[in-house]
Amino acid sequence: MQPFEYTSPKTKEQVPALLGNSWGEVEILAGGTDLLSLMKDYVTTPRRLVNIKGIQDLHAVNFNPDGSVRIGALKTLAELAETPELQKSHPMLAHAVGDAASPQIRNQATLGGNLCQRPRCWYFRTGYGLLAKDKDGKSLVPNGDNRYHAILGNEGPAYFVSPSTVAPVLIAYQAKVRILGPQGIRELPLEKFFLVPRAEQEREHDLQPNEVVIEVVVPPARQVHAAAYEVRQKEAFDWPYATAAVALTMNGNTVSNARVVLGHVAPIPWLSPEAAQALTGKPLTPATADQAAQAAVAKAKSMGRNAQKIQLARVAVKRAILKAGGVA
Amino acid sequence: MDDLPEKKDPKRKPKSGMSRRNFLKISGVSAVAPFAAPLIAATSVLEVEAQAATGMQGPGKVPVTLNVNGKNLNAQLEPRVTLLDALRDQFELTGAKRVCDRGTCGACTVHLDGKAVYSCSVLAIDAQGHQITTIESLSQDGKLHPLQQAFVDNDAQQCGFCTPGFVMACKAFLDHHPNPTMEQIKHGVSGNFCRCGTYAGIRAALMQAAKTAKGA
Repeated sequence: MQPFEYTSPKTKEQVPALLGNSWGEVEILAGGTDLLSLMKDYVTTPRRLVNIKGIQDLHAVNFNPDGSVRIGALKTLAELAETPELQKSHPMLAHAVGDAASPQIRNQATLGGNLCQRPRCWYFRTGYGLLAKDKDGKSLVPNGDNRYHAILGNEGPAYFVSPSTVAPVLIAYQAKVRILGPQGIRELPLEKFFLVPRAEQEREHDLQPNEVVIEVVVPPARQVHAAAYEVRQKEAFDWPYATAAVALTMNGNTVSNARVVLGHVAPIPWLSPEAAQALTGKPLTPATADQAAQAAVAKAKSMGRNAQKIQLARVAVKRAILKAGGVA
Repeated sequence: MDDLPEKKDPKRKPKSGMSRRNFLKISGVSAVAPFAAPLIAATSVLEVEAQAATGMQGPGKVPVTLNVNGKNLNAQLEPRVTLLDALRDQFELTGAKRVCDRGTCGACTVHLDGKAVYSCSVLAIDAQGHQITTIESLSQDGKLHPLQQAFVDNDAQQCGFCTPGFVMACKAFLDHHPNPTMEQIKHGVSGNFCRCGTYAGIRAALMQAAKTAKGA
């Protein structure tokens, strides 16, 4: 690990000035479970770490009377999973944070860090950069070992998949993320937070180098039928092949509104309006779930070694829909 | 993955091109430029003042105090030293093992305020002010902790290298789940690898330890 200077601000207002204006020089330390590994491998070589864990108001979680919840970015995954009110108000979220990674990781990893964790792409992790290019600027992924890479939004130059299993769940719940920068706080829908980088020096999200995620706001979900389904190679500690998070509003047995979000299939969590449209106004049956799942992967493309992910994503969507509707 | 072309920027070695002194010099020059960044303002050439204002520490050694197994231990450490390396190299507490060093295998598991964590993924400087508990604290007066005894009784180790991490992961789990089901055990102790494959013995040991703790 490269040496770095270290500081622990006590208020969030101190943070933007400590972060600087270019990526790579300074990193934010929260749980550190991803960051320290990246630093040990010299994928990330900051000259300064800003440890934000001493900022008390980023550890708060507040349940509002209307059923919404505001979660401080530093809440750990384990703390959230063990919060009884969250299990009641947003069970799909409580389950997702309780099932991510491993017990030790969940005790350290934070919600903000989960959203900002870097891709697991093995080209990125071994030093070929986010866009995994060779010396001539050609991506190594389309003709390389792309078995875990993107099947949607994979026109390039980014081919990695978004690593968070929690983000698709939050997007299905229409969560918003609050970001603090030098000019104050801004808020945006979580699906707009994630971006596909077009150049190597860009990142996978809408943060500026001097901004920090401070809070996630999840709207009320009392009337929402929600469920997620993950396809994994193994039950324990692993990032899934494909996930789907589904939130349905029902009118009797008819779907009146649907949000279908796929994870680990594209460089961003993949909101599927096609799947939502296939469900809306329809009775919830295995047949309609199947049609929606087909619609979700209709535009999916294999890069050669990841064709199986199309089928796995389709199955994840179908099973999540049926689980959400209580059909399965 | 064998036929990959030469990496354009392997970044395998620590960059030696930029010393802190030079970095600060450059920062000082840039500070008068029209696009002076907050980074530069915070690390002004007036190093002492800047450090006082922001509490900047390192990159050289700084005093670190860790509360380990109830005792305060002091050392001079760079901020980049992990809790695992501090325990092993500074305090000679070598029970926690350095295996993957990437927060995956669990061999370095210790407790931070009673919760199991990978000590390879925590900076020592960041572990200050927390109660750190290591495997060394478990046996008392030469007598094994009931959980350690349960590992022995259930043949829950072969080569033994993962065992200290596993025992600490099991201890944290048991402290929070005194009446575990086998399903809870599988989920709650899923952050450790045993390459000898003694998982069945470890689960049986956990069940036995849970019963012992209840006085059965």
